[in-house]
Amino acid sequence: MYPAKFDYLAPETLEEALSILHERGDEVKILAGGQSLIPMMKLRFASPPTLMDINRLPGLSRINRTNGTLEFDALVRHNDVVKSDAAKANHTVSRAAPWVADPIVRNLGTVAGSLAHHDPEGDWASVMLATGAELVLTSSDSQRTVKIDDFLVDMFTTNCLPNEMVTKVRVPAHSSRGGGDYQKLERKVGDYATVGVATSLELDEGGRVAKAGIALTSVFHHNLKVPEAEAALEGERPSDELFAEAANIASQVCDPASDVRGSAEYKRHVVDVFTRRGLAKSYETAKGGLT
Amino acid sequence: MTATEHRPHTPPEIGGLGHSRKRVEDARFIEGRGNYVDDIELPGMLHMAIHRSPVAHARILSIDTSEAEAVEGVVAVVTGEFLAGYNLAWMPTLSGDTQAVLATDKVRFQGQEVAAVIATDRYVAEDAARMIHVDYEELEPIVNPQRSLEDDAPLIRDDKEDVESNLCYEWDSGDKDGTDAAFAGADKIVTLQTHYPRSHPSPLETCGVVADVNPATSQATIYMTSQAPHAHRTVFALVAGLPEQNIRIVSPDIGGGFGNKVPVYPGYVVATAASLVIGKPVKWMETRTENLISTGFARDYYMKGELAVSNEGKILGLRVDMLSDQGAFYADAQPTKFRAGLFHIVTGSYDYPVAHVATRGAYTNKAPGGVAYRCSFRVTEASYLIERLVQNAAYELGMDPAEFRLKNFIQPDQFPYHSPTGFVYDSGDYEAALRKAMGMVGYDQIQAEKEQARKEGKLVGIGIASFTEVVGAGHGEDYDILGLKMFDSAELRVHPTGKAILKLGVRSQGQGHETTFAQIVAEELGIPADDIKIVEGDTDNTPYGLGTYASRSTPVAGAATAVISRKLREKGKKIAAHLLEASEEDLTWDNGKFHVAGDPESAVTIQDVAFAAYTNPPPGLEPGLEGVHYYDPPNMTYPFGSYIVVVDVDPESGQWKVRRMVAVDDCGVKINPMIVEGQIHGGLAEGYAMSSMQYITFDESGNCIGSNFMDYLIPTAWETPRFELGETVTPSPHHPFGAKGVGESATVGSPAAYVNAVIDALQHLGVTNIDMPVSPDRVWAAMEKANSG
Ligand SMILES: Cc1cc2nc3c(=O)[nH]c(=O)nc-3n(C[C@H](O)[C@H](O)[C@H](O)COP(=O)(O)OP(=O)(O)OC[C@H]3O[C@@H](n4cnc5c(N)ncnc54)[C@H](O)[C@@H]3O)c2cc1C
Repeated sequence: MYPAKFDYLAPETLEEALSILHERGDEVKILAGGQSLIPMMKLRFASPPTLMDINRLPGLSRINRTNGTLEFDALVRHNDVVKSDAAKANHTVSRAAPWVADPIVRNLGTVAGSLAHHDPEGDWASVMLATGAELVLTSSDSQRTVKIDDFLVDMFTTNCLPNEMVTKVRVPAHSSRGGGDYQKLERKVGDYATVGVATSLELDEGGRVAKAGIALTSVFHHNLKVPEAEAALEGERPSDELFAEAANIASQVCDPASDVRGSAEYKRHVVDVFTRRGLAKSYETAKGGLT
Repeated sequence: MTATEHRPHTPPEIGGLGHSRKRVEDARFIEGRGNYVDDIELPGMLHMAIHRSPVAHARILSIDTSEAEAVEGVVAVVTGEFLAGYNLAWMPTLSGDTQAVLATDKVRFQGQEVAAVIATDRYVAEDAARMIHVDYEELEPIVNPQRSLEDDAPLIRDDKEDVESNLCYEWDSGDKDGTDAAFAGADKIVTLQTHYPRSHPSPLETCGVVADVNPATSQATIYMTSQAPHAHRTVFALVAGLPEQNIRIVSPDIGGGFGNKVPVYPGYVVATAASLVIGKPVKWMETRTENLISTGFARDYYMKGELAVSNEGKILGLRVDMLSDQGAFYADAQPTKFRAGLFHIVTGSYDYPVAHVATRGAYTNKAPGGVAYRCSFRVTEASYLIERLVQNAAYELGMDPAEFRLKNFIQPDQFPYHSPTGFVYDSGDYEAALRKAMGMVGYDQIQAEKEQARKEGKLVGIGIASFTEVVGAGHGEDYDILGLKMFDSAELRVHPTGKAILKLGVRSQGQGHETTFAQIVAEELGIPADDIKIVEGDTDNTPYGLGTYASRSTPVAGAATAVISRKLREKGKKIAAHLLEASEEDLTWDNGKFHVAGDPESAVTIQDVAFAAYTNPPPGLEPGLEGVHYYDPPNMTYPFGSYIVVVDVDPESGQWKVRRMVAVDDCGVKINPMIVEGQIHGGLAEGYAMSSMQYITFDESGNCIGSNFMDYLIPTAWETPRFELGETVTPSPHHPFGAKGVGESATVGSPAAYVNAVIDALQHLGVTNIDMPVSPDRVWAAMEKANSG
């Protein structure tokens, strides 16, 4: 590959990294797994003057499960999630992980990098929108926690400031009456989604939907949460008809573009089918926890 | 000839035909010790990067190279105007058309070569290439051949004299009047209109060159990714006006070709011209995107086929009208006589008296090519059309597609079979292959499962393809490239110690010649395959040949190898007679040994004979045991097979999955069954890719969509179906050891089987066609259309 010229920095500690961002954040791009940034540099869609490689930063590769929360450090790779038992605490997350990219890319690409990149065809942002995740953004002089809905601004745009780094991603664990799923239509392994649908359900003791999450990949100019469809589910008793209704709403709200992967009409149809299937699978898991 | 069993004649230590000998070339590839063009580093070597057109069709108003020239490390910037000074701005294509080396007047496709930067470093060259500024006046881009042939379409090739339209060629074959008469008398006419989309061979190694012209000696050593080094040397001599003896083309290890490395590309010519002018070696290696957007594409045929049939289910005739999208330059690598390659083999495996095939090619604002991507000159398109058409004809007649095929197959006793478009099929037993495939898949059982599934609202489909290929060009009378007859050659030298070296005019790109050609010699001379070295790809050091493509290495160079081995065996017999003090007529040959008939104890080995050839030749006999043979095949060979695919289609999303893929191939006598299997696996995977996911398309402005592997999809082990292979063996009657060639059968035969399977799942809904790639959205759209009446 023949990218434009760039400088390369490889700090050894988080403090050092944050201070580099503090001083030169505008010209420095963080290099995590490189699985989005490097292809863009190769095509010269991106020509950052300086790359700051964070792969040597110690202690940033943990997946922690504490008090009903699943927490990913900045350097947790997609494949770490695939292999992790802890990650099974959130069904949407654990079912989505094997759908992200291909096995080779999964060995390098990171969850945090994927969210920071915010490609509307990326899978993780939908998962996080459906599950109500939040991110920890750290700079050399402060730290803040941002809800995923506020973090994602528009395609390839987030509210991560030039002097900040995403250091943690936090996802609520599912309860025993919770379930989730990720449905993805791809042309081959390693292809971005033609359509992706993340779903999450929590049931109350009586078996009604207490909380629902639905978010869509590749069918809008950013990953799209569908509160209208979630609202249609919440408080209701799950049924095929109810899921079909929510799926129909999702298919109306999205706004896909026609391209080589299919017509807008087709993608809308797949959103309908996959939302229905995803909700049914989520429910299947969730109802296992009902007594 | 009919199907026979074939068992090895030689013991494993000798390793002749029929042994699954391990590939001897693999050790160096696996250990990273291959030697590809990009591995070549010469002292003082410069690097080249090409500036390409961002637009599909535009007049060049001006080219400003000053900024690029000012970059530190840039040695030269080459433009078409500069090349014109050496009469090199244009070059001939392998179809006898012309192609711009660097554009001077217009650009005619996105990605066309406009200028080149030569620099001390590839990164510098890349940066500087972006500093070349070209002023374009954009013209209407023509992105399909239908528009191209409209009266008011702008002329793409206004560089050519006396050209008034974008029609690139018009050619037909067969009997028009007879076909019309057959159609007039038919009970039914079955029609299929389909597009075989543009695909790309996409070898793992992109194309490239290291051109080293020595100003002191005028020797040009050109290392390049070439499937046909000798033919390329001749083209270089003609294009560049260099004396042919001073040109040495070296085609080192080649990382896949599939037809992509048959043409001569502008980059090769520019690098050579630059080396000539600058006096230093110049390297150019394409990026992946350059390979995909500018080098030889394949297919892109719009085909209408009509089959005349009787109510009893007999085919009476075939009519085909085809329009091909040739891109900006007509650059198919194909025999001069046949303007649409061997597409007229489209009559397929079936016996009927008449056919007429009309073809036209049109220029468009797309990359040139039309190379035979793992097929013999457009046979893939032909096979696809007839196998899709036959399947649809069965539905229209209410017959089972297998039964319809069985009723119409050419019968074993009809060979050599004269096809209605002039081919002479050498041998075949099509029924045996289909019946074998049906047995393997459990045809009746699967049919029952399909009916049952349908009742449960599920969609299962069974698709068949019973293809016949034509490979192994020539004979030279009919087949040539730019006038060069399509023979091939083998030079065999048996050394005094009984070890041998075989030099060939063809060039392996992964097919395993170093393994298989040694087995041919082992079979014929009894020298262990491990004692035979194969040399290819260096024009100074191998006999002339037309190269490796169109499955021609085994049929042609393999035949040459067998013949020269036999000639040396004949000579060896004289030497053996001398050693045994017997008369030649009394000697018997037995796997590497001569002995007096009835007295095996008296044997002398081929090694004894070889030693004597140099140390104790019979008086009056020329010493040595070496020879060269040029083989002009009497006919092509006709491999065939039957493939059956079973798919499950998701009625909601249109996604489909291959449940079974059964492939019965007949490539005649096999040299190395393991390598044959590998070739078939690869081809079945490529066929799956084309049928399901792969194509290069363009937007209305002529922008190429498919310029990297995120957009041009290559299947991995993950999505590739599991293959179940079977075989029949019907030797070629005219090939010295009965082989037919197998490099392409599976790419040629399998796309129709996959697509037929999907159509079979949907045909009860009224779906008769989905163009490739049969992607889920297209399946869904076809179902929607059928549902809405
Ligand atoms: C062949 C291929 C197929 C793919 N398929 C898919 C797919 O199917 N689905 C999918 O979702 N993705 C896919 N991807 C993208 C992949 O998931 C990437 O890993 C991911 O998008 C980015 O993560 P990364 O760690 O590689 O980030 P990088 O490429 O290193 O960085 C991406 C961007 O995020 C910034 N960044 C990275 N980390 C941080 C941080 N901690 N804080 C702030 N900013 C940061 C970088 O500066 C950069 O701008 C594919 C990639 C490839 C190459």
